[in-house]
Amino acid sequence: MKRPGPQKGSRPEWDGDGSLSIRFDKLGVVIALLIAYAVLAAPFATFRANRIVPGDAKGILQALPAGAGMLLLALMAGVALVVLLKTPTRLRLFAAAAGLAAIAVFIGMAATFLTPPANSYARVSPASGFWILLFSFALLAADSITRMRPLPLVRLLLLVMTLGGAAVVLTSGLWDGLSILKEYSGRADVFWLEAGRHVTLALGSLFAAVLVGLPLGILCHRVAPLRAGVLNTLNLIQTIPSIALFGILIAPLGWIAVNVPGAAAIGIRGIGAAPAFVALFLYSLLPVVANTVVGLAGVPREANEAARGIGMTDRQRLFGIEFPLAMPVILTGIRIVLVQNIGLATIAALIGGGGFGVFVFQGIGQTAMDLVLLGAVPTVVLAFAAAIVLDALIEMNAPQRERGRTA
Amino acid sequence: MRAWIPHLLRAALLVVLIAFLVSPSWFDPLLKPLVQDNAPAIYNQGSLLTLTLLHLRTVAIATTGAIIVAVTLAILVTRSFGAEFLPLSRSLVNVGQTFPPVAVLALAVPILGFGEKPTLVALFLYGLLPIFENTLTGLTTLPPSVMEAARGSGMTDRQRLFKVELPLAMPVILAGIRLSVVISLATATIGSTVAAKTLGEVIIAGLQSNNIAFVLQGGLIVGALAVLIYDGFSAIERVMARRAGLAARS
Repeated sequence: MKRPGPQKGSRPEWDGDGSLSIRFDKLGVVIALLIAYAVLAAPFATFRANRIVPGDAKGILQALPAGAGMLLLALMAGVALVVLLKTPTRLRLFAAAAGLAAIAVFIGMAATFLTPPANSYARVSPASGFWILLFSFALLAADSITRMRPLPLVRLLLLVMTLGGAAVVLTSGLWDGLSILKEYSGRADVFWLEAGRHVTLALGSLFAAVLVGLPLGILCHRVAPLRAGVLNTLNLIQTIPSIALFGILIAPLGWIAVNVPGAAAIGIRGIGAAPAFVALFLYSLLPVVANTVVGLAGVPREANEAARGIGMTDRQRLFGIEFPLAMPVILTGIRIVLVQNIGLATIAALIGGGGFGVFVFQGIGQTAMDLVLLGAVPTVVLAFAAAIVLDALIEMNAPQRERGRTA
Repeated sequence: MRAWIPHLLRAALLVVLIAFLVSPSWFDPLLKPLVQDNAPAIYNQGSLLTLTLLHLRTVAIATTGAIIVAVTLAILVTRSFGAEFLPLSRSLVNVGQTFPPVAVLALAVPILGFGEKPTLVALFLYGLLPIFENTLTGLTTLPPSVMEAARGSGMTDRQRLFKVELPLAMPVILAGIRLSVVISLATATIGSTVAAKTLGEVIIAGLQSNNIAFVLQGGLIVGALAVLIYDGFSAIERVMARRAGLAARS
């Protein structure tokens, strides 16, 4: 779907082309300071004799072979210079990508360099300097992308490229020396099993919530007396903390499993994925129902009357007029639910429901932070990617609504 | 006509909550059917009242920090010298909301150790977003005519901020704070997985000993707190909105 017309340039352009005097970029100053601190004062990698002892922090020059260390310092100085001055946005995005690629390569190199030969107990993990650099470059990339205001498709492409780059680094073996991947290699099978469960929980409960929530939302829209009651009930469910709701559902589901024939056969049990699924489903209902109601209420009266005037049936009107016009608002609800579910699904591990939370809570239990990262990083990446994809979808659907609104 | 019913329900909820916290043993017969014969029906590894107060304290500290930082940041990026940061800060807020609270909590542990500190950090970071977002909305959607009038009457930037912009944006800012507090109340329970003293302790004890009564009382206390605090904030917002002259109805 194409956007109608060019984007309005209400904001000033910061590209700074055509000006000869040296001007500093305000955000660039912040990022350059962060880079300088990370490179000069913070440790780049941590070396530990085994996975749970406290580690030795190593600066860039200690963590890398002499030549490589100097090269990384020079690269970081180059990026800092680019961001400090008012440079074209494309160049800044390129600098951010180059910075990210550089730290990705060099942290892998540091792992190989720091690990003594034939020592499988030693652990090398990224230290604060690495994370600050990662944050700075991500910030720079986010800022450049925000300034360029790319079309939704371009944003999706950028996401695919970023994930592709990460996949290449992961499969190339470059990071195999890093502790998070050592944790992974010991439990690769379990990792993918839990990843599958996590996605199934998050997407499955979303799917169920849409299946129930959309009709419920339409019903609430058409039958006004229902509205307050349904929405208030769903609101109340949201106030129950997730771990409690997961726990409370254990009892009724356990009872169903024992007393309803066939329930146990389809996987309903008191502990495990079933209560987690139901809890996520219940949390998901409010955003779906509420946004459906708001979206349908926002459909302009003229559109509905015109549709009635040309003799559309109720059903045609719903699917041909109301739904398409309400779609961006409904999609916003679905975005909220998906991102929230991906995060909440980590808690399912507490009641044996699986998912990435398994690694997080095991890691907390063993004070093995690399294991925590193994659970937390994929969760964050998943939630982030889901948010970008749905934001793009919402934007692709938005012009229709705007046209409708101004009608 | 029946406008007093919600108030009555709320008052009843408050009374029941206080009674439960002060003297949980009164409710023992209600919860007894949920547990196996010998298991305790009322949390017995600490005082529910103390845990509730600690829970509220954690949320209050984190939210106060979040309010100070989020409102200051939102004011800075809406001034002319900070305008360059506005689009970025918007996308940061969006990105920040995708971080699951459990992940934030777990990642704060290696830096801060177990206990209350990582919980405070997670709640603080998570609480920032709604407040920042709403303060931005409040400050950027002020009626242009009012701003013009303020400028025309010779107010300084500072006077405009404190006498016009912030008071007008206050209802929206408060709505953000309310959202933040309600999210924090529920999220704080997860803090108990890293040994913070909150009501989550009751729930987790229940999960570990397979005691539904514990899970239920922990969850319901937090839920009741959230409902009461939510309503309290809504009432304050209505008063504020009326004072700011934004209320359409009486």
